[in-house]
Amino acid sequence: MSDLLRLITLQDANTRVVLLGAALLGLAAGVVGTFAVLRRRALVGDAMAHAALPGVCLAYFVVGERNFAAFLIGAFIAGLIGAGCIVLIRAHTRIKEDAAIGIVLASFFGLGISLSSAIQQQPSGNRAGLDTFIFGKAASMVRSDVVFIGVCAAAIVAIVAVLARELGSLCFDRGFSASIGRPVVWLDFLLMGLICLCAVIGLPAAGVVMTAAMLTVPAAAARFWTDHLRIMLVLSGVFGIVSGVVGVGISALRPGLAAGPLVVLVAGVIFVVSLIAAPRRGVAAAWWRRRSLRRRVLLQNLLRAMHELLEGSSPRDLRESELLAKRAWTTTQLTTALRRASRMGLAQPGDHPHAWRLTPAGVTEAASVTRAHRLWELFLIEQAEIAADHVDRDADQIEHVLPHDVIAALEARLVAQGRLPASPHAIPVVGSGGPHA
Amino acid sequence: MTVAQATETAVEVHDVTVAYHRKPVLWDVDVLLPAGHLIAIVGPNGAGKSTLLKAILGLVPLASGKVEIFGRPLRKARSLVGYVPQRESVDWDFPIDALGVALMGRYGRLGWVRRPGKADREAALTSLAKVGMADYADRQISRLSGGQQQRVFLARALAQDATLYLMDEPFAGVDAATERAIVDVLRELREQGKTVIAVHHDLQTVPEYFDHVMLLNMRLVASGAVQDVFTRENLHKTYGGRLTVLEEAAEALRRV
Repeated sequence: MSDLLRLITLQDANTRVVLLGAALLGLAAGVVGTFAVLRRRALVGDAMAHAALPGVCLAYFVVGERNFAAFLIGAFIAGLIGAGCIVLIRAHTRIKEDAAIGIVLASFFGLGISLSSAIQQQPSGNRAGLDTFIFGKAASMVRSDVVFIGVCAAAIVAIVAVLARELGSLCFDRGFSASIGRPVVWLDFLLMGLICLCAVIGLPAAGVVMTAAMLTVPAAAARFWTDHLRIMLVLSGVFGIVSGVVGVGISALRPGLAAGPLVVLVAGVIFVVSLIAAPRRGVAAAWWRRRSLRRRVLLQNLLRAMHELLEGSSPRDLRESELLAKRAWTTTQLTTALRRASRMGLAQPGDHPHAWRLTPAGVTEAASVTRAHRLWELFLIEQAEIAADHVDRDADQIEHVLPHDVIAALEARLVAQGRLPASPHAIPVVGSGGPHA
Repeated sequence: MTVAQATETAVEVHDVTVAYHRKPVLWDVDVLLPAGHLIAIVGPNGAGKSTLLKAILGLVPLASGKVEIFGRPLRKARSLVGYVPQRESVDWDFPIDALGVALMGRYGRLGWVRRPGKADREAALTSLAKVGMADYADRQISRLSGGQQQRVFLARALAQDATLYLMDEPFAGVDAATERAIVDVLRELREQGKTVIAVHHDLQTVPEYFDHVMLLNMRLVASGAVQDVFTRENLHKTYGGRLTVLEEAAEALRRV
């Protein structure tokens, strides 16, 4: 417990430095990751993180000792070479991008592992700390390492902040950006370089696989909450910071646990929460919308069936068997709908068991529903091509979202055919907020 | 090629050849497109219509030849050019709303870092209003219908306040209401003396919507005023013996 207290009050200088580094790293990965995801370069980040490894080893051969900055520069160059290989393979062969990424990722990583085991064989090799670049070990970083990483991360964030609009424009519509004279090829290179730099500085803290995940997960999570690029950037950055700080913090408390996996786990939790709970784009919201729509459609089908059975005759009770035969629905669906109609005061049990009648409110609502349905039918037959733009095409059951003004235009036609159910003008039209919920 | 009266030339395409993967898509296209007209580029699939637009915009490398816009090389004339790409060319789930897309039309004059000001926002909103999309300004673009998305693209080009507009299949897959809205905008642009060059795939509406036509099938077949050039013979040369297309063309010719 006292460990936790020491951690959150940042009493330990080394912890302070490491947490600050983790926060900056998370922020950089979050904002760059936003563009990596929007430009569909998420897997390229993965490939570059893997491709960076032989660069670290070669840097060791050149320098001959553990030199953090040299390792990262080697990693950066190797990562860019890996990305370049992907571009070349795609441009000059029939191999598609996903296969090219797989090929480059595996071969560079294989080369990196071979080189690093060769280095470990050397007498001084295990002091090089190369394994931290594969699995990540935030705690093993010394102050100067963290400062180096932090400066790189801050530079990345600054570049993205200045160029956010142009990078967004590039991701949305590269052709348009080019048409107004932006050097899109160079912007793409710059984005690639930022992704690579981000992957490389994440290596010592989070390891190869985890650093690639940090370029994707926070951005993907942020996308659930917003439809605005700026908010997405901020959210993704915040998610990155939280993942970095919490993950590294837990790892500092429990020295047995590596920081990299913990950071990604925290990000994963944020992602799952976003996936489920985000309004509008989240799974729960989508499920709720489908459920409400289903219930509304079912109720309206019931009202229409009742109206049509009663049409042209005097009011009477309707047997459930009659209603069941009227439409293709199950007994359960019918019972559910009847119970709901009854709760809403639109229908009530009749004199006999399994018989139902419409309440006065129900009669009005049923007429209104039927009217809207027939108008919509007519609309589809006669005007769909002209007015299709006024209809929300996303709705599964468009007959229930016909807008008010279109309905008015069609009424006259139905009157002429004698098929317009009598209904006072005060009745709200279906889809414009009637009493149904 | 006949240009009835001596008008200013909006675009000069001079001996342009474009090749993708060593396979030529455009061969020695040489044409003058007059200013102040609504110009349709017509031809079968794979005829290089979009490629020609991209060549004019400098988006594809030219294997040979050159393009001039109002007598100037492209890089000195960019601010005069507005562009409406094919709707399918972008990801409509991108996190941006309709106003955001229209504002992109101002980026060219804003430069790299200057943020859009009040005047830019007003210009973007006015453009949206011109295509009947003002009520949808703050709607995320994936929640727009195909026709509405096309109109937002058009609004972005209008916000560029260009002199020459290049449009890649602006009428593709849109509903009738959008088609009318686009036609109205095109006519208004012509009244303002602007030039529109549009890739168009519906032969029947060529005489109605455009006054100048360029027939293309990897090579230039013909270019000129619709009544002079849009003939059965030229269409036959452009499309070969494709029956359905020729029937459409015959239908269109009856209406000229």
